[in-house]
Amino acid sequence: MENNNCIFVPGDFKNGASVRWCPGCGDHAILNTLHKAMARLGVAPKDTVVVSGIGCSSRLPYYMNTYGMHTIHGRAAAIATGVKTSRPELTVWQISGDGDGLAIGGNHFIHAVRRNVDINMLLLNNKIYGLTKGQYSPTSSRGTVSKSSPYGTTEDPFIPAELCFGARGNFFARSFDVGLDISVAVMEAAARHKGAAVVEILQNCVIFNNGIHAEIVDKEVRDDHTIYLKHGEKMIFGKNHDKGLVQDGFNIKAVTIGEDGYTLDDVLVHDAHCESNFLQQQLAMMDGRDLPLALGVIRDYDAPTYEAEVAAQVAEVKGKKNFSSLRDMVLKTSDTWTVE
Amino acid sequence: MLPNTDVITKDSVVIRFSGDSGDGMQLAGNIFSNVSAGEGNAISTFPDYPAEIRAPQGSLSGVSGFQVHIGRGVHTPGDVADVLVAMNPAALKTNLRYLKKGGIIICDSDTFRPADLNKAEFATDDPVSELGIDPEHIMLVPMTTILKSALADSGMDQKAMMKCKNMLALGIVCWLFDRPVEGVLHKLKAKFAKKPAVYEANAKVVQAGWDYGHNTHASMPTYRIETEAVKPGVYTDVNGNTATAWGLIMASEKSGLPLFLGSYPITPATDILHELAKRKDLGVKACQMEDEIAGVCSAIGASYAGNLAVTSTSGPGLALKSEGIGLAVMAELPLVVIDVQRGGPSTGLPTKTEQTDLMQALYGRNGESPVCVVAAASPVDCFTMAFEAARIALEHMTPVILLTDAFIANGSSAWRVPEEGDYPAIKVPFVNKEMIEAGWTPYMRNEDTLVRYWAIPGTEDAMHRVGGLEKDAKTSVISTDGANHEKMVLTRRQKVADIAKDIPLIQIQGNVDADTLLVGWGGTYGHMLTACEELNGNGTPVALAQFRYINPLPANALDEIRKYKNVIVAELNTGMFADYLQQKLPGVEIKRINKIEGQPFMVSEIVDGVLNHINNK
Repeated sequence: MENNNCIFVPGDFKNGASVRWCPGCGDHAILNTLHKAMARLGVAPKDTVVVSGIGCSSRLPYYMNTYGMHTIHGRAAAIATGVKTSRPELTVWQISGDGDGLAIGGNHFIHAVRRNVDINMLLLNNKIYGLTKGQYSPTSSRGTVSKSSPYGTTEDPFIPAELCFGARGNFFARSFDVGLDISVAVMEAAARHKGAAVVEILQNCVIFNNGIHAEIVDKEVRDDHTIYLKHGEKMIFGKNHDKGLVQDGFNIKAVTIGEDGYTLDDVLVHDAHCESNFLQQQLAMMDGRDLPLALGVIRDYDAPTYEAEVAAQVAEVKGKKNFSSLRDMVLKTSDTWTVE
Repeated sequence: MLPNTDVITKDSVVIRFSGDSGDGMQLAGNIFSNVSAGEGNAISTFPDYPAEIRAPQGSLSGVSGFQVHIGRGVHTPGDVADVLVAMNPAALKTNLRYLKKGGIIICDSDTFRPADLNKAEFATDDPVSELGIDPEHIMLVPMTTILKSALADSGMDQKAMMKCKNMLALGIVCWLFDRPVEGVLHKLKAKFAKKPAVYEANAKVVQAGWDYGHNTHASMPTYRIETEAVKPGVYTDVNGNTATAWGLIMASEKSGLPLFLGSYPITPATDILHELAKRKDLGVKACQMEDEIAGVCSAIGASYAGNLAVTSTSGPGLALKSEGIGLAVMAELPLVVIDVQRGGPSTGLPTKTEQTDLMQALYGRNGESPVCVVAAASPVDCFTMAFEAARIALEHMTPVILLTDAFIANGSSAWRVPEEGDYPAIKVPFVNKEMIEAGWTPYMRNEDTLVRYWAIPGTEDAMHRVGGLEKDAKTSVISTDGANHEKMVLTRRQKVADIAKDIPLIQIQGNVDADTLLVGWGGTYGHMLTACEELNGNGTPVALAQFRYINPLPANALDEIRKYKNVIVAELNTGMFADYLQQKLPGVEIKRINKIEGQPFMVSEIVDGVLNHINNK
């Protein structure tokens, strides 16, 4: 990542286009936090590429003063892979919704994560198709009533974190649209992470799925239904900061510190950087009901990145063979004869 | 035995090597063709693999063949063989139909054992008479016996010895065609440079084969093959897929842009991916993606980022890439799409050749979505046309589809290694500082060519967004305005049409003053040219127009075609190019010769087709 001497402000990443999302859409807040996160990163707009697919959230590149591609449905991860692999020095962001990223683009999503291409993937999850006006998505809960499921869906949803871990992801973080500070922090962490970084942002669709995350992230309930995980810190949550997560056999349990014999010492310390993702997965799978929904960076483990390995292999083989041109290679490796 | 006629002089001969997949027939054939090329013969070769990866040894389905055509005026691997080498009864049985009437067979008589004959489904223990072969035309060589005695002192086990059997056959063929053993030894030495013992064994066996022919069959006729004067230079033997890969690398060198390939394995195009994956040694990034769509999409990403971006596939993969190609049309990004055509529809005939993706390449996308379409005429021409596809894509900021086919992709011929200056520099229309300062927008165009200027990430003050949504012609922001859309549709169309000004005119070959014009496109060139020569040689004047630039057509194409009374389009489909031309030539009666058997034309089929059309006039 290029770190310029000049200091950027969020406005450097914003362009003059009028933003066309519905008033009250969670995407507005996410766009603003992205501008802020980019300013903190210090990578110039000219060295930043934002790639999206199709859907409401995929309009985002048009509101950035960076290089950008608004592409075709589901393919952002594959296109971003091409940008990053061909030009590893660029900082590449991918913006996808739950339909774009996990339904039509599910294959590209898991493979980009598996390959560990250094792309910052923002997954805006509103559990609905907004641009096509209200069909259930692959993250909609079983029984969701929508225009295409008038009697309720008869299928289980993906849990994005589970898919990311299943694809051997090395970075997973979570935030929510109006959680500005957490969003800026996790976006910046995602960008600083070398490798595919998945950031799930719970986003409210005010028109077709209003309040879908309300019972977890609304201001009144948020403190008791979410936990903001920070590497190296105790897993404490609750309005009064008196609840903690403790190990219970192979499971995690929420306890009240000072009750049932639990003390602060029993509370787990978050380790986002450990290679084993066993505990991180359990944290990521907490759904905000029995256990608080985990926000913040849940996993951030360094592993070789695809584009760097490709570039290193090219450099190594090139150096070893030392051909000066195509002709040189052909003459040195092929069975040739000369006609005078 | 065969009549003693000493030395027969021929313009060209076709030799077909056939045996089990593990018999090394391709290696024997390759060495023979390369040695012949070194002697001044033109060469053309074609492998014929079984569909199965490892069919049972000795079985009819496990036979693979490798056909070599050497001499003067060689444009194809040949319709039928003058000499058939058959390493076992199964090869003899399955390949006999490729032998010319009166042709010579060289066969391993040691394999005429009950078990082998049984596997090859012979009813009797005499395959020669069972197949109705004239004993005068078959050389029954106890190859295994000769092999064992030649390698008696080598200390090799039987299995290792048997691996040299192909070289015994090659030694006999070299004797028959008066090829020096030294040439073969030279090639073997290079091949087994790191395994001197293997070289020694193979060298001994080649010599044993040559001696056997010389000593035992001194009464057989041997051949002298005419040579052909070719342009001086260094030559190598190259197949179409490798030539395609190399042409792209040449374009990368000539444009100064790094080469990126996003691909997914598919027969018969995979060898392009294989070759470019090897060419990391020349800086190529070849990425095997998760599917065909990711192949084209990663290439589009690499193109936006400023690479020479390519995706390679065959028909079914092209179908999957359609939406991505449409994006590249809309975003006006350079992109090379290679379709090595095979039999379709659907999975079709994956290993067989056809020209049935023409309409898909021209029209297979949603909306008004014009792309440039070019086609390669021969294995060697794959190099030139891959270069051309890349040149046009970069200089005109457009996707270009290059159509090759299974026949030329796997076939090979001698290729002159280009020298410095043989290919022009590719001038990439990058945006420059002055334009940016003067108010550049992404869809601002060169007024003459309608080509937009390319600003790649990293360029100062040129940050911009591209995408699949229609953009305003002036400001480049999203626009749903009807008049603007029509303007943009017509502009994209004209931009592709104007490529005609930047490609060579069609050169009519054969008898240009004839009444009859034979028209073909792409990989049928060798057969078309041979048919044209045969017809003219036999008193039927015919001209030939073989198209390699399909959309747009060369600027003189329609005028040239209109000059002829009889226009006959021959192609390996039901008439796609004929329909395409007919639409542009409403007054012209276009006649057709079509074949959809998964096989290339036989020259005789084209000759007969032309004569039928002329005589039915």
